[in-house]
Amino acid sequence: MIDWIERQRYIIDFTLSSLLRRKVKNFGLLALYTLIVFILASTMFFTYSIKKEASIILSESPEIIVQKLSAGRHDQFPLSQMETLKKIRGVAEVLPRLWGYYYEGGLGANYTLLVPPVTTNKNGIEETTDSITSVENKENAPDNPDKPLFQYNDTKLKPGTIIIGQGIARTRNSHVGDFMPFRAYDGSIVGFEIKGILSSESELVSSDLILISEQDFRSLFGIGNDFVTDVTVAVVNPHEVSTVASKIVNILPDSRPITREDILRTYESIFNWRGGMMIVIFSAAVLAFVIFAWDKASGLSAGERQEIGILKAIGWETSDVILMKFWEGAVISLTAFFSGAILAYIHVFFTGSLIFEPALKGWSVLYPHFVLTPFISVEQLATLFFITVIPYTVATIVPTWRAATIDPDSAMRHSGD
Amino acid sequence: MILHPTVIGNLVGSSITTGMVVYAATYGLQILKHWNIESGAELQLILERKTYLISTFLAFAFGMQLISLFLFVFTADRLTPLFVGAMCAAGTLNVNAFGYPTLLLKILNFVLAGLWLVLNYADNQGYDYPLIKWKYGLLVVIAPFILLESIMEFAYFIGMKPNVITSCCGSLFSSENATGLGSEIAGFPPEPMMVIFYLALLLTLLSGLYAYLTKKTTYLYAILSVIMFVIAIASIISFISLYIYEIPTHHCPFCLVTRDYSFIGYVLYPLLFGAVVSGMGVGILNPFIECESLRLILPKIIRKSTLISFSCYSLFGLIVTYEIVFSNLIMRG
Amino acid sequence: MIELSKVRKVFNADNPNEFSALNGVSVKISQHQLTVLTGPSGSGKTTLLSIIGCMSRPTAGRVRLDGRVISSLPERFLTDIRRKTFGFIFQQPNLIKGLTVLENVMLPAYPLGESYSLLKAKAIFGLDSLGIANKANAKVEWLSGGEAQRASIARALINNPSIIIADEPTAHLDTNLSFRFMEIIENFKTEGKTVIISSHDPLVYNSSLVDRLIKLRDGQIEG
Repeated sequence: MIDWIERQRYIIDFTLSSLLRRKVKNFGLLALYTLIVFILASTMFFTYSIKKEASIILSESPEIIVQKLSAGRHDQFPLSQMETLKKIRGVAEVLPRLWGYYYEGGLGANYTLLVPPVTTNKNGIEETTDSITSVENKENAPDNPDKPLFQYNDTKLKPGTIIIGQGIARTRNSHVGDFMPFRAYDGSIVGFEIKGILSSESELVSSDLILISEQDFRSLFGIGNDFVTDVTVAVVNPHEVSTVASKIVNILPDSRPITREDILRTYESIFNWRGGMMIVIFSAAVLAFVIFAWDKASGLSAGERQEIGILKAIGWETSDVILMKFWEGAVISLTAFFSGAILAYIHVFFTGSLIFEPALKGWSVLYPHFVLTPFISVEQLATLFFITVIPYTVATIVPTWRAATIDPDSAMRHSGD
Repeated sequence: MILHPTVIGNLVGSSITTGMVVYAATYGLQILKHWNIESGAELQLILERKTYLISTFLAFAFGMQLISLFLFVFTADRLTPLFVGAMCAAGTLNVNAFGYPTLLLKILNFVLAGLWLVLNYADNQGYDYPLIKWKYGLLVVIAPFILLESIMEFAYFIGMKPNVITSCCGSLFSSENATGLGSEIAGFPPEPMMVIFYLALLLTLLSGLYAYLTKKTTYLYAILSVIMFVIAIASIISFISLYIYEIPTHHCPFCLVTRDYSFIGYVLYPLLFGAVVSGMGVGILNPFIECESLRLILPKIIRKSTLISFSCYSLFGLIVTYEIVFSNLIMRG
Repeated sequence: MIELSKVRKVFNADNPNEFSALNGVSVKISQHQLTVLTGPSGSGKTTLLSIIGCMSRPTAGRVRLDGRVISSLPERFLTDIRRKTFGFIFQQPNLIKGLTVLENVMLPAYPLGESYSLLKAKAIFGLDSLGIANKANAKVEWLSGGEAQRASIARALINNPSIIIADEPTAHLDTNLSFRFMEIIENFKTEGKTVIISSHDPLVYNSSLVDRLIKLRDGQIEG
């Protein structure tokens, strides 16, 4: 056993010195290898953590959202039907929501307009909440008060005023007190005063958001007082979500209940698909690299060939040379793997994926600037290992074996030159 | 098909392993046909050189098989949110007919590849390649299984359709509705199963110790180590899981590898695999003990292999006992 | 004792360029003696040396080392015998560039996994007895021809072999250095080592140290 360890140590020692003796050649390989790992790792870290982020946000979202369908399309929800919903057994609460999109032609940007949810406080007086844990949250999320997604404390939303997201403020170069013009549904221009800018920890959600009062929202889009965009339904027993959802369809055949699970699944597959596509595209790069590695490993220089010949002549065995080459590959692979992964970690979590963010999220003028919460797992690293190190290692096995089976007497035969 | 990066990782790994093993097996056939140790002809020298390549490939494939077994379960666990009803790997593996067969083939192939390496190790100690025909015969047997596993794995991942409603560990490994093997095992009452487990463990360990000390009854130990492996897996489903999860109805063998249970599966399962491979190794080497060139070395290898298997089972038993003793779950009798 | 019977070595068998380097060589080489193989180039000296030294296997025929048949052993066993029994001195020093003299000398012992301190002590001792201990930490590129050859001799001795094999050792040495080399060979003989040299240098094969001269021509032993 001790012999075995000593043997490994000697051979690793020799391998390291042999790598250092061919700095230039090995450096090129290492740099390319690191780059490949870096690109793949960045992609994976990015998709995983954005997925994670999205699922954290969505876990706060209402259990069921009910939309009205008209000719198969999303239509305004009549308030009168809210009472029908409330009567369904198992429903705890039904709340209306008002939200929509506004396209700003000049900037080519799409804003999300939202009327802050209304709750009833202890005194029975309706008031808008001061901080919201999620766009679609109906309550103040007492279970998670320390990390609201956006806050607008100190600024009360009155008719004629709005509160805008960071992305909008940045793009328009707007400040508190400025007026922001909107073109209403009837063509008239309405101006709203910016009362506040959302400070946000997860700009992912609130970047393009505008909070607006109910009255302004209705007059801007011409929505009657009898209608809302959709309603959220809270369920008494979380296990009954699907039962309640099917009851809703039965009672209101023209409605579409969307459960939180549906949304989570959709997000999951969209991000998996995007991440997967990126990996597939980059596999071409991996393949090219593997061919390069094969070529590099099989194209032993005359010097290396002679060196292996000498080693075999002085008493190294084929498996000793294979072991040496194995360690050589391990040193290169692990160096490239870890430096690539660490660089990717810095790239994704500290620089906000500077290099290829747009490709993953889709281009948008109001592109959010945010720092993702670092999140990596063993499984990600294992996957990365499987699609980089293993193809590389396999590509070098045959060339390594060829090199290792050089005749030991070649050192004698080539002694003349 | 779900284009998840980890799925791609799995498929890449499986294709590579298959490629290597099939390539190795074709040379295995050549070796079976043309091998002649007495000859110094070039063909023989080339074949002897190829043996180095093949053992490197197989060692690599064996390592891959182990990692990919865990990666596979891991992937299934990760894909859980995509399927209605799936709560862990157990449910995801159930989304189509290929999940569980792939898993079983992975375990089988891991054991086969391990046995091949045991044979290879012993063969390399003999100066006349005493086991060469057996070794390459086994390789030719392994190759189709690896290929089949790969096909199954592709079929499993390609055939995956999100939103499929599946049943998960709650129903697959539930003692309440006893349909399917998993449920039947889960349905075994824990107390008798516990008695069986400890009796079998005691018997296996005693026989291992006896085999180690006296160098006799090695076949018995090899057989017992296989039976013990099956009993251990059944016990995990039947009662060990209950104590680890501390929930009297949760029988799932996959949740063991999740973070919630401090990844204890990554300790327990490799111990079991190590124990069964080295235990079967004892049995597979024993017939060659009279072989001239291995007369001196083989008994040592067999003893070493027995010791490894014995230690793995002992450690497994200790950890399981620790988990049961310090579990907050109290079984009502 | 090394015993070869009817040894043949064929290269590129069944090809148009097939040629037979050795054609039925039978010879016995005794212990503790200096045996010299001589003959014109292409006569099979190097091939014969490589078969004797367990570097390659004969196509046909048997080789016995101290009575044990070694001609059909697999490479890993041949290598094991080779590194414990034989020390090789080549025509060129064949040192690995970029490493120090000491590292080069220790290199053959790496796969054996001996303890480092012991190995190093052995290497220093070997270099010292050849008078180049002061060069131990020098890179091999800086050595003179004579020093390089002595470094390679120290390397051949690191595993304390009982048989020394030298292939045209004086081909690249001047007369003075060649005499110095023969002095080293004389020391080997007094230590009781078996020495086998292939050479067509008269300075070697006419030396008074030689116990037996074997002449080769066209892959066969003459006379």
